[in-house]
Amino acid sequence: MIALLRRDLALALRAGGGAGMGPAFFAVFVTLAALGVGPDRAALGPVGPGLLWLGALLASLLSLEGLFATDREDGALELLLTAPLPPEGTALAKAAAHWIVTGLPLVLLSPLLGLTLFLPATATPWLVGSLLLGTPALSMIGTFGAALTVGLRRGSLLLALLVLPLFVPTLVFGAEAVRRAAEGLDPRTPMLLLAAVTLGALALLPFAAGAALRINNR
Amino acid sequence: MSFWDLANPRRFMGWSARLLPWAWGAAALLAGTGLVWGFLFTPPDFRMGTSVKIIYVHVPTAFLAINAWFTMLVASLVWLVRRHHVSALAARAAAPVGLAMTMAALATGAIWGQPMWGTWWAWDPRLTSFLILALFYVGYIALWAAVEEPDAAADLTSILCLVGTVFAVLSRYAAQFWNQGLHQGASLSLDAEENVADVFWQPLVLTMAGFVALFVALVLLRTRTEVRRRRLQALTARAQAAAA
Repeated sequence: MIALLRRDLALALRAGGGAGMGPAFFAVFVTLAALGVGPDRAALGPVGPGLLWLGALLASLLSLEGLFATDREDGALELLLTAPLPPEGTALAKAAAHWIVTGLPLVLLSPLLGLTLFLPATATPWLVGSLLLGTPALSMIGTFGAALTVGLRRGSLLLALLVLPLFVPTLVFGAEAVRRAAEGLDPRTPMLLLAAVTLGALALLPFAAGAALRINNR
Repeated sequence: MSFWDLANPRRFMGWSARLLPWAWGAAALLAGTGLVWGFLFTPPDFRMGTSVKIIYVHVPTAFLAINAWFTMLVASLVWLVRRHHVSALAARAAAPVGLAMTMAALATGAIWGQPMWGTWWAWDPRLTSFLILALFYVGYIALWAAVEEPDAAADLTSILCLVGTVFAVLSRYAAQFWNQGLHQGASLSLDAEENVADVFWQPLVLTMAGFVALFVALVLLRTRTEVRRRRLQALTARAQAAAA
């Protein structure tokens, strides 16, 4: 499992700047959102937390497609499934690699983008914290979606259609935590609920993703 | 004979053919009586006027929008555990009906909400949950359509249905957490001391029973179509194999 994780990380880091795409998309999204809403502090302030979370969500969605597809094309996925590591472990390792490549850079970039959207300084730790807690759930849910659609030729739109509704609880609790922090309220309740969603997803979804991988490789 | 023998495709085609006219009849009779009674022979509500009457379509469709998903969940579990093909096809057949019911509930709610709340749409938890439920239905139907190999499609959609159930319930509570409600509480519940007044309640129960019968009839009909389509595919494949 560790070996698979290291392999995926090495592939992501060496293959033509694939690792930088997620954060770059995140930055472009926030810039475009600000351009769309208008430069007003009064207009951007209230929607900032939601926009930041939406950007993170879409950035992690867009990098999902290649998660299993390239491995399937060159036959590596079949080898992985015949390896002693159960498919559940493969799914978990893939999700972890996806998070390190996409989720973690998003978390690290978020304070800077929060600054551009006039997020109060007191809310910045909560933005970072909520993304740190929530992005693993996004990666895990996305891995499940990618495992479901791995055998399909035009799976990318379907993948988005399947995965985005599953992102709802994570988005609601994550954005709510940041919004509460920005308004000076106590953000601990949504943070705890967000942690619950993430832990539940990490505990259960590897099994669903593993089952989907088995079915797609019969 | 065990209960599971009913899921044998040949048996299923037999008993569903006999049940189908009764389901259609019950649907027409109950929903027809309930709707005519509700629309023509109940007094207007003292605050909502005649617009209260949309309840006779809104509540049954909303009730079925949720229960169609439960039907899919049970059918998916039966497919995953016992591998009865009819069960997987029934889950597939229930999804578009459930989507239609969800859309009907949202549409009738919007038509009622415009004069009553002064808005077609509000980001109320119930409305939001139904919109999310509609998205889940769309994703489920799209996955069925996208996978070519029938058994793999049945397996994958079953897994999606199980995971989707958990996330749909989570989303419902997340939406409740996210915004305060404008929608009134449940109109009917078994343990509530006070429900809707009897004059509205009696025709409503009739229409709900009628819509359930309608749902059963539609799902049976669609499942029979799917079984026939499977048979046709098998026959064509055999003919092609013989010709080659």
